Amino acid sequence: MELFIQQLTNGLAVGGIYALIALGYTMVYGVLKLINFAHGDLFTIGAYLGLTLLTTLGLTNYLGPFGVVIVLALMVMGLVAIVGAALERVAYRPLRQSHRLSAVVSALGASIFFQNAVMLIYGARYKVYPHDILPRTAIHIFGLDIPLIRLLMLLTSIVMMIGLYLFIQRTKIGTAIRAAAIDQGAAKLMGINVDRVIMIVFLIGPALGGAAGLMVGLYYGQINFTMGWLYGLKAFTAAILGGIGNIPGAMVGGLLLGVIEAMGAAYISIAWKDAIAFCVLIIILIVRPTGLLGERVAEKI
Amino acid sequence: MILNVENLHVKYGNVEALHGIDIHVQEGEIVTILGANGAGKSTTLMAISGLVKASQGKIEFEGEAVHKLPAHTIVTRGIAQVPEGRRVFSTLTVQENLNLGAYTSNDPDRNRKNLKWIFDLFPRLEERSGQLAGTLSGGEQQMLAIARALMATPKILLLDEPSLGLAPILVKAIFDTIREINQAGLTVVLVEQNARAALKLAHRGYVMEVGNIVLEDAAANLLSNPEVQNAYLGGTH
Ligand SMILES: Nc1ncnc2c1ncn2[C@@H]1O[C@H](COP(=O)(O)OP(=O)(O)OP(=O)(O)O)[C@@H](O)[C@H]1O
Ligand SMILES: [Mg+2]
Repeated sequence: MELFIQQLTNGLAVGGIYALIALGYTMVYGVLKLINFAHGDLFTIGAYLGLTLLTTLGLTNYLGPFGVVIVLALMVMGLVAIVGAALERVAYRPLRQSHRLSAVVSALGASIFFQNAVMLIYGARYKVYPHDILPRTAIHIFGLDIPLIRLLMLLTSIVMMIGLYLFIQRTKIGTAIRAAAIDQGAAKLMGINVDRVIMIVFLIGPALGGAAGLMVGLYYGQINFTMGWLYGLKAFTAAILGGIGNIPGAMVGGLLLGVIEAMGAAYISIAWKDAIAFCVLIIILIVRPTGLLGERVAEKI
Repeated sequence: MILNVENLHVKYGNVEALHGIDIHVQEGEIVTILGANGAGKSTTLMAISGLVKASQGKIEFEGEAVHKLPAHTIVTRGIAQVPEGRRVFSTLTVQENLNLGAYTSNDPDRNRKNLKWIFDLFPRLEERSGQLAGTLSGGEQQMLAIARALMATPKILLLDEPSLGLAPILVKAIFDTIREINQAGLTVVLVEQNARAALKLAHRGYVMEVGNIVLEDAAANLLSNPEVQNAYLGGTH
């Protein structure tokens, strides 16, 4: 039982990271029908920017641990959002009228560009986050010691997901984003500036991805310029698992993938952790080709 | 003259779909555009709404050239369209669809008044306002598409085959509603396959053939025109 709860909380915490990244894939896919292959690298950039800001600004001199993390998160999210919007402007918008494959090639190019840029700026070796930012204490619940940072991570990703969900469901811009994802032409007939909607999506998705990068840095303490590849792949899997284009689907898919992985590692074999996750994906897609919550996507095409 | 289309050419890639057409609409009129499949009727409406761009010629609305404006700003000038195939946002609720119709409006008072008027016109929509638009019947979706366009408080309403796929009784209801909307002061451009009903409703009509306007006349004259009768009214009496 102890192992189970440890793995469950661990899986949910990692799954929250997958979910935050998956939201970026799914939102961009929703409005553009494009897989933004550079999204994983925006996550990497978030992790590195977090490290840079942490080591250069000296925030720890003015703020307590939580203040530092909140300020850091806001700055990282803002900066990565700007990188994301610039990416859309430079790499995708000029190709909006072209063949779909052109945009895919452009996305792959952007991914390579970002990865190499990070490597050139920060070097190819692992970088280490200062390990004393958040208290390494454990919280005692259910008769177990669960690391505080793990709970904070889960809490943060859930708060962000709820915030996003409310924004998409309840606000005028959120409704416009959903409308543009269904039918761009009809959205324009309503007076919706679709270019602006796309830009907003390229601000929100990367902001969440950047926050996930920072969280990984704080949680695991080690980052590398290639980290976006595996996390990106996992998150993309999570997006498909939930039904690509579907926002709650990405959330559910991410959390589920994290838990499956953690359970697989604990009860089957840690070496097969990634394989187990992908097997589950394949099984779910055979049973439900549109993903867990994907019906709505299929119905709108 | 509220709408003036002059020498309008539209191309899809290298293929020209409109070869220089002229259409003019007076304020308060119902003008219908008839023509066979592929004649360019929808293209004309899409060009007016800015979704496809003129390669030559001009479109003026209330004296302002609008053919170079981005599509999303056209509706703010007072041009709303009910597109072919309804194109309601199927995974949004009826109410959300209506709200999107008023997307460019910053006047909650006016939106509320419009909504009330629309629910008077289509009580069915009020009953189903929380339902997903994709789960409405075809006729209800058509009502929603019209209602959504009316939420923009347009000066001119472009309707693309509003009767398509509807039972005769619903067609009559939709046409009655169009008349009512027009009597409330709205100018209407109506594209229809149902030529007889459209000509009975309209003041004037245009007939299009493969990207050209070939006839323009008062609706009554078109109704009694033998060529029109043969081509579009399925023979004569
Ligand atoms: N998106 C497009 N890409 C390429 N060609 C198009 C496109 N839309 C329309 N066309 C072509 O332009 C011509 C006019 O089409 P349009 O849809 O305007 O006709 P229509 O009069 O509305 O026909 P219908 O009565 O069938 O709706 C047709 O030859 C059509 O094939
Ligand atoms: Mg048409």
